[in-house]
Amino acid sequence: MTPLSPADVTTMSASALADALVAGDVSSAEATGAYLDRIAAVDGAVHAFLHVDADGALATAAEVDRRRAAGADLHPLAGVPLAVKDVVATQGLPTTAGSRLLQGWVPPYDATIVARIRAAGLPVLGKTNMDEFAMGSSTEHSAYGPTHNPWDLDRIPGGSGGGSAAAVAAFEAPLAIGTDTGGSIRQPAAITGTVGVKPTYGGVSRYGLIALASSLDQAGPVTRTVLDAALLHELIGGHDRLDSTSINAPTPAVVAAAHRADVAGMRIGVVRELGGEGYQPGVRARFDEALALLTGAGAEVVEVSCPHFEYALAAYYLILPSEASSNLARFDAMRYGLRVWPEGKPEASAEDVMLATRAAGFGDEAKRRIILGTYALSSGYYDAYYGSAQKVRTLIGRDFEQAFTHADVLVSPTAPTTAFRLGEKLDDPLAMYLNDIATIPANLAGVPGISLPSGLADEDGLPAGFQVLAPATHDDRLYRVGATLEALLADRWGGPLLDRAPVLTGEVLA
Amino acid sequence: MAHLARLARIDLSDAELDHLAPQLAVIVESVAKVSEVADDDVPPTSHPLPVTNVFRDDIVVPGLTAEEALSGAPDVDRRRFSVPRILGEEQ
Repeated sequence: MTPLSPADVTTMSASALADALVAGDVSSAEATGAYLDRIAAVDGAVHAFLHVDADGALATAAEVDRRRAAGADLHPLAGVPLAVKDVVATQGLPTTAGSRLLQGWVPPYDATIVARIRAAGLPVLGKTNMDEFAMGSSTEHSAYGPTHNPWDLDRIPGGSGGGSAAAVAAFEAPLAIGTDTGGSIRQPAAITGTVGVKPTYGGVSRYGLIALASSLDQAGPVTRTVLDAALLHELIGGHDRLDSTSINAPTPAVVAAAHRADVAGMRIGVVRELGGEGYQPGVRARFDEALALLTGAGAEVVEVSCPHFEYALAAYYLILPSEASSNLARFDAMRYGLRVWPEGKPEASAEDVMLATRAAGFGDEAKRRIILGTYALSSGYYDAYYGSAQKVRTLIGRDFEQAFTHADVLVSPTAPTTAFRLGEKLDDPLAMYLNDIATIPANLAGVPGISLPSGLADEDGLPAGFQVLAPATHDDRLYRVGATLEALLADRWGGPLLDRAPVLTGEVLA
Repeated sequence: MAHLARLARIDLSDAELDHLAPQLAVIVESVAKVSEVADDDVPPTSHPLPVTNVFRDDIVVPGLTAEEALSGAPDVDRRRFSVPRILGEEQ
């Protein structure tokens, strides 16, 4: 057998790499080194990473190789490297959430999901770029500059987790962690031709995530294949006593569901309200083809209506800013993070310092949302805005309940368009918010969702995404449908979609 | 807008107020749509899962050391967070 080349290693799936590690075809030190070399070659152009921890990743890899040689009983993903979104606390590694406010902050503890990842022996390659505090759909709101889409470096990679999605799409990591508050895992997956899963709310611990909107935030896997997502989901999922909203039940059998990959007899509901006007023709065409493939595999397609989804975006942009304005109040320049003294005021009070620090530390989008949330929660406006949004949340939950009596899963395009150009929507917040129109309802209701590639849009040759939503705690259904569709599409394409991504030369952008 | 920024403890310049105020006006107008269907008989939802209080046994578990807790502080004085004066001149 010919030995695996570094390019073989970085283009194989995480599950294939895990098998190669077990078989002894490659060591974790070699695989981790191959990924670090790839990062060094292409990340100047992509800018998926805010911090790369070569020494730490190689040390973990060497330790896993040593334990494997000694015959230790290892986790199936042991030795497979991974990237972590910079909103997740990593002990000893800088964690900025894409904000100037946390520049240089090194957490003294690990998030629960990171502790599980480390215990399983996955080398952490580094921290990935994101919109500041996860507010955005393009990664352009990062204080450290945007991430570029590996399919077209002049375009956005989606957001807020554009760094994690671009890292796996550019073969800079086989696995990554994302977080999804309104679509920040699924929309970047769609935009970059990768796979992303938002588990059921409470299915994955939020302990150690820098909170944006606590009733919506959920961490999940960002990968190149559905099976890889299931393997990572199973590793990070499950009850955590440090998160009081964590579901006290075992993680659904997601890996078994991905292996089963069978939709015969399943009822697949097309949500009428997610897919009409405003959806790019090429995105719709790929969606319709995917649906036909699932029908051919024995699924029954039904149309369902969720009449209150048209209010989801409005409710979300009241609930999220309200919770964010409260959560981000912790950045007060006292215990960690940036402290800025107002100019010419050496005797400034704590409040003066807070005002100056937050003015200097937050970017435009964070300021917009914090002020919007402050408004929505202020006395006299609370009932009309935040109160009404909470009622809409109830109506959306009822829409899902009703729809799931007619269908086992619901489907839609993940995002209405393919990747737009960097800068195109930066100063038009409402246009930017529309990118999450199809992903937001799941967060409001707490239900799980997956996005996987449906193909390239005819207009621009850029990736489009197919979204599957399941009832709460039935995350396994996402993987059954996702793995089935992925296999059918790969047959049709003659390989994975990412095979068609342009070759990155590694030249730094001018 | 300036008042809200003050409540949110963000010192906005006049230029920023001019830039952000019209954008916020458009967003507020758009999200006001929620009141169309928020009838009196619809109960509010604050949280997607029906969770109740979660308790643990009242036993000591390891936490951060003082050094760890202080490791990210902008200023430290004798193993304590050092902060600007709390009271303004008017107090």
